[in-house]
Amino acid sequence: MSADKANATERLACTAARLMKGSTTVFIGTGVPMLAAALARALYSPALIPVFEFGGVGSTLEKLPLAVGEFNSFRRGVAAMGICDVMEAAQRGVVRDGFLGGAQIDPFGNLNTTVIGAYDAPAVRLPGSGGANDVGSLCWRTIIIMKHERKRFVPKVDFLTTPGYLDGPGARERAGLPPETGPYRVVTDLAVFDFEPESKRMRLFALNPGITVEKVVSETGFPFPVAAKVARNTDPTALELETLRLKIDPEKVFL
Amino acid sequence: MSKIRPPLCSDCGWLETRTAADGRASRFCVKHGAPRTAAELQAEACSDFRPLETTQVLPAQAPVRPSARPAGPAPLFQPPDPDGFRRFLRDEKDFSLRDKFMSEREAVKRFIHTGDYVGFELYGTVRCPLSVVREIVRQRVKGLRLMGQGLMDADFLIAAGLVTEMDITYVGYEAYGLSPILRRAVERGTLKLAEWSNAAITWRMKAAAMGLPFLPARTMLGTDTLARSPAKTMKDPFTGMELVLLPALALDTAVIHVHRADRYGNCQIDGISGFAVEMSRACKRLIVSAEEIVDTEVFREKPERTIIPYFLVDAVVSAPFGAHPGEACGAYRRDEPHIKAYLEATRSEETTKRYLDEFVHGVKDHAAYLKRVGASRLDALKGEK
Repeated sequence: MSADKANATERLACTAARLMKGSTTVFIGTGVPMLAAALARALYSPALIPVFEFGGVGSTLEKLPLAVGEFNSFRRGVAAMGICDVMEAAQRGVVRDGFLGGAQIDPFGNLNTTVIGAYDAPAVRLPGSGGANDVGSLCWRTIIIMKHERKRFVPKVDFLTTPGYLDGPGARERAGLPPETGPYRVVTDLAVFDFEPESKRMRLFALNPGITVEKVVSETGFPFPVAAKVARNTDPTALELETLRLKIDPEKVFL
Repeated sequence: MSKIRPPLCSDCGWLETRTAADGRASRFCVKHGAPRTAAELQAEACSDFRPLETTQVLPAQAPVRPSARPAGPAPLFQPPDPDGFRRFLRDEKDFSLRDKFMSEREAVKRFIHTGDYVGFELYGTVRCPLSVVREIVRQRVKGLRLMGQGLMDADFLIAAGLVTEMDITYVGYEAYGLSPILRRAVERGTLKLAEWSNAAITWRMKAAAMGLPFLPARTMLGTDTLARSPAKTMKDPFTGMELVLLPALALDTAVIHVHRADRYGNCQIDGISGFAVEMSRACKRLIVSAEEIVDTEVFREKPERTIIPYFLVDAVVSAPFGAHPGEACGAYRRDEPHIKAYLEATRSEETTKRYLDEFVHGVKDHAAYLKRVGASRLDALKGEK
C-alpha cells in the first residue's frame, strides 16, 4: 500500500467527518468517531461540540483522546461535567448525532456489543453496552461506523445491545424510545448506507471509489435494497489525510 | 503465503484476520498503539480471541441469533429499599465531624465485608481507587457483588475469585480491547450478570440518592440489554409513554478516588466527575482515597468546589498515585507500559496470578506498591497529557 493511499480506518474517519459538516452536538465514542470528530473540527465544523459520556463537553480535540473519560476528552473544553449531565442532555433532546460501532449489525441497524453466541454460554463475552445503548436510544440520529465484513453484517444480531430500528417501522416508538430517532447512516470502509423510510432497512446509499455493488453484497450477510441512484464517495483529500496523519494521530494510535 | 485482511475488532476496531499457510484462519487483536508489522502479528497471537477455522462460515440466512430472552427476569442483586436506607442513615451513620483518616487496611477491614454489594467510581482507567481494590484482594473479602462500569477493579476482584454477581455495563479496555479475565469468568459461567447501560446504572444510583425506589427513563427499551436486566417497563399515567423503570441502587460500600480530601472526608475532584456525585449519595458506607490530604481551609475557601461533603464519608485513605497504572486527570498520566504488560499478563490465568502475586499480594500496602513501581517511573507520569 502506497503511503498516499488511504487505509480503511482513514477512509472511515474521512467519511464520518464529512457527515459532521454543520453538526453541533455530537456524542463521541472511542476510536474512529474520535478521529472523525477531530478531523471535522479541524476542517469542517469549528462549531462542533463533542460530548463524551463521562462529562467532557466541547473539547477542541487538538489532542486526540484515547478513551472516553481521559483528560483529552475535556481538554480546553467548555465544560467538565458528570455522566448524568450529558446523558440527561441526550434524553431531553440536546444531542443531535451519536456515533457508534459494534461487533455485529443487522438490517435494522441494531447493534451487538455484549456476547457472540448464546447469552448463557457465550463464545465470546464482549464488553457490554457501556453508553452505547443510551446513545442509540436518546440521540436524535445515530451514525454507525463499522468495518465491512460478512460475519459482522448479520441477519440477526446474537444479542441486541443497542437499538436500531428494532423489528422495523414503528418498533422504536412502540418500545417507548423517543420518536423521530434512530440510525441515520451506516458508514463502512466499502460504502455508506441510509435507511429506507418505509421498511427501516439498511439501503445502499453511496459507494467508496473502486467498490462495486457486488462487492458490498458479497461482504454483507443479508439482502439490502439499493438506492435508485447510488452516490459515489470521493477519495479522502490530501488535506484530510495530512490533517489526520500529521496533526490528529501522529502516533498512529487509531490509524 | 499468509494474507492480512482488513482489521476488524468488536471492541476497538483493531482485530485482524489472518489465514496461515496451512489454511487455518486466526483472528488477532492489534491493540498496542504502535503499528505492527505482518511478521510481528504472525508471531504473536492474541488470546483474547479464539482461533476461527476457515471452514467456519456464517450461513447466509440461517437464524444465528439464539434467543436472548431469559427463562425468568435477570436477578436484582441489590433490591431497592428506600425506607431501609433512610433508617440506616438515621441510625447507623455518624455525621459528626471527626478524624476519619486511616490506612487502607483498616478501611477495608471495617467497611467491606463478605457478601457486600460494592462499587468503585471510575471511567475506564481514570481515577479508579486501585489502592483500596488491591487491599480487598489482599484481605480476600469473598462473595462480593459488584457494580461496573468497572475495569481493573473488576478484573482484580474477579481474577481473585471474590465476585459472585455483577451489574455490568461495560468491562473493556477501549482501544486495547476486551478483558480476558471477564471473558474467562463469563464464558466459564462462574459469574452471574445483569446487563445495564451506563446511563441506566448511574440513574439507578441517582434514584437511591433521591430517596426513591426507582427512576423512569427512556433508555434500554426494546433491547436484549433490557431483557437481560431486572428493570421493568410501565405506561406513564400522564402521557401514556412507555418507560423503563430503573430500580434504585444503594450500595453497601462505595469507594471513590479523589484529587484531594481533608481528614474529615471533604473531597474535591479535578476535571470531569463521572458518577462520583451519584455514587457518593447512593451508598451506606463510603471510603474515599485521596491523592493528597489537605487542610479543611481548602474547602472552606471554595465550598463550591466540594463534590463530596465530609458527612457522607466513613473513611479517608491517603493514596498518592492511587489510580496507578491508570490516571488521575491533570495529576498524572496513565502508565501505558504497565497497562500493556498487565493486559499481556491477563491472557492466561497463570500469568494473571503472577501479576497479582507481584503487585498485589507481594506488597503489604500502597506505599510498598509505589516503591515496587518505582519513584522515578511515577515521577515521569506526573503532569497533564
